Amino acid sequence: MDDRGRSTGRRADRLFSFASQGAGVTVLVLVTLVCVFLVSQAIPALARNEASFLTSREWTVGGDAPRFGILELLWTTTAASVIAMLVAVPVGVCVALFITEYAPQWLRRPAGNLVDLLAAVPSIVYGLWGLIVFRPIVRPIEDWLSSRLSWLPIFEPTGITGGTIFFIGFVLAIMILPIVTAISREVFAQTPTTHKEGALALGATKWEMIHTAVLPFGKPGVISAAMLALGRALGETIAVTFIVSTLAVGSDWTWSLFNGGETFASRIANNAAEFDSPQKTGAFIAAGLVLFILTFVVNAIARVVIERRKAFTE
Amino acid sequence: MAKGLDIKDVNIYYGAFKAVEDVNLTINPRSVTAFIGPSGCGKSTVLRTLNRMHEVIPGGRVEGTISLDGQDLYAADVDPVAVRRTVGMVFQRPNPFPTMTIFDNVVAGLRLNGIKDKTQLQEAAERSLQGANLWNEVKDRLNKPGAGLSGGQQQRLCIARAIAVEPKVLLMDEPCSALDPISTLAIEDLIEQLKADYTIVIVTHNMQQAARVSDRTAFFNLKATGQPGRLVEVGPTRTIFEQPVQEATEAYVSGRFG
Ligand SMILES: Nc1ncnc2c1ncn2[C@@H]1O[C@H](COP(=O)(O)OP(=O)(O)OP(=O)(O)O)[C@@H](O)[C@H]1O
Ligand SMILES: [Mg+2]
Repeated sequence: MDDRGRSTGRRADRLFSFASQGAGVTVLVLVTLVCVFLVSQAIPALARNEASFLTSREWTVGGDAPRFGILELLWTTTAASVIAMLVAVPVGVCVALFITEYAPQWLRRPAGNLVDLLAAVPSIVYGLWGLIVFRPIVRPIEDWLSSRLSWLPIFEPTGITGGTIFFIGFVLAIMILPIVTAISREVFAQTPTTHKEGALALGATKWEMIHTAVLPFGKPGVISAAMLALGRALGETIAVTFIVSTLAVGSDWTWSLFNGGETFASRIANNAAEFDSPQKTGAFIAAGLVLFILTFVVNAIARVVIERRKAFTE
Repeated sequence: MAKGLDIKDVNIYYGAFKAVEDVNLTINPRSVTAFIGPSGCGKSTVLRTLNRMHEVIPGGRVEGTISLDGQDLYAADVDPVAVRRTVGMVFQRPNPFPTMTIFDNVVAGLRLNGIKDKTQLQEAAERSLQGANLWNEVKDRLNKPGAGLSGGQQQRLCIARAIAVEPKVLLMDEPCSALDPISTLAIEDLIEQLKADYTIVIVTHNMQQAARVSDRTAFFNLKATGQPGRLVEVGPTRTIFEQPVQEATEAYVSGRFG
């Protein structure tokens, strides 16, 4: 009886470890294959590129002398995503804190469930909403910034009024806000009561308690939430594609956030019709690879930050 | 510096549930008062009303008056935050702030009080850690995480954290229940020393501990299961252990309990 129990247990163990190792290896192999495929597609196109891939803004991918570079894409993507983070993370954290710490007891559960539900709605819905509702709100902010702070290159007026980088950033912020809020709420709610009471018993006010117990406990979770959201913002395609004001070919380069511009994702989506030769496709794949590396680096940094804090939580 | 507490006609509720009923008790300054009694009779509940931590629990409510040297802790104009700075607390499970270093843990309360001066904080940290008998063990690793200490050291760290703000009263809820006998002895010695400066209230399940450390003992009991707990008897520890008035007390301290 005993023996049989143990041996089936062991067999199940072995089976499980085999299956999970198999799955792990499969994932690694797949990722590697995808990388190899992308790189092998990108290299010939890059080799024929006559412009500097990293510092050029040109995008002529066909013909015998293709000239293309990602400067504008990189700038628009990162600038819009950073704006989105700067808006969405503080707001999301505040909403999460309100729900977990300040809201009346009877409201906490329904509010938490609601936020979880909202986070599950495809972000394009918020994108549409933000597009319609926030355009009139963001315009005055843009005008104000560009009239007061125009000496800063990033706030230089450009005359573009529709889909500026700044506005894209706001729409992206709305799109990622629910997920940031939902994850932050989840981690804040898990703060051990002993930590919170420890702070309160020392004579901490509510806010001081949040500062000493809840925020430090939730920090790694908030960082993960932010990174997840940043990943979404960097790769967000559809909303950006139909908001952006595409810059005219040959227009002057500025660092202004009130300029238009395309992101990696929108450039690729806008030009899907052009993928008719390996060379053209290769150029777009090269741009996609940069987006891949960007996301990867961001996540790696987040990992390091979280790991560094681990020493203190275990 | 140390102050006495006066508990009058106190009823304590969790929402609609009356957990403790009709407690009248005086706690003398500069002495150790032990709360003993069977599980669930409301010792922790009473303790937590003494620094207004009870009301942190949703639905937690207190009736009656509790005063510290004549000042009603529950008066309308009294800020619970101020009460908790005067009446410190050590919990059953050591709860150092996990993301903070040993040093930051000890001075956390001072920082909350707005003290920023480096040397002042350092002096306070050393004094409190000395006071908690922990200084020699941690003086070389003040910048290491507090969570990296042993359970007994963590509990002494929490005591250091509590005394760093120089409270008038120190409440301890089974401070040794998660500790080994040696750490327990270290903390009992510490209580003996702290009594010179602080009014101490300690909840314990350990009769020997109550007998060893306390000057006065209060025995709590349940009238019946599901009924509120109440204070059965209070007196000098010796009397409670050797010649209690109530039969229930006698049965409990001699181990002949239910
Ligand atoms: N957070 C809470 N919500 C509702 N009821 C509670 C809560 N905490 C304690 N109680 C109830 O209050 C009564 C007293 O509990 P308390 O924790 O004060 O007992 P105790 O004497 O400290 O017991 P122990 O020795 O086991 O720690 C018990 O009936 C308990 O179920
Ligand atoms: Mg208890």
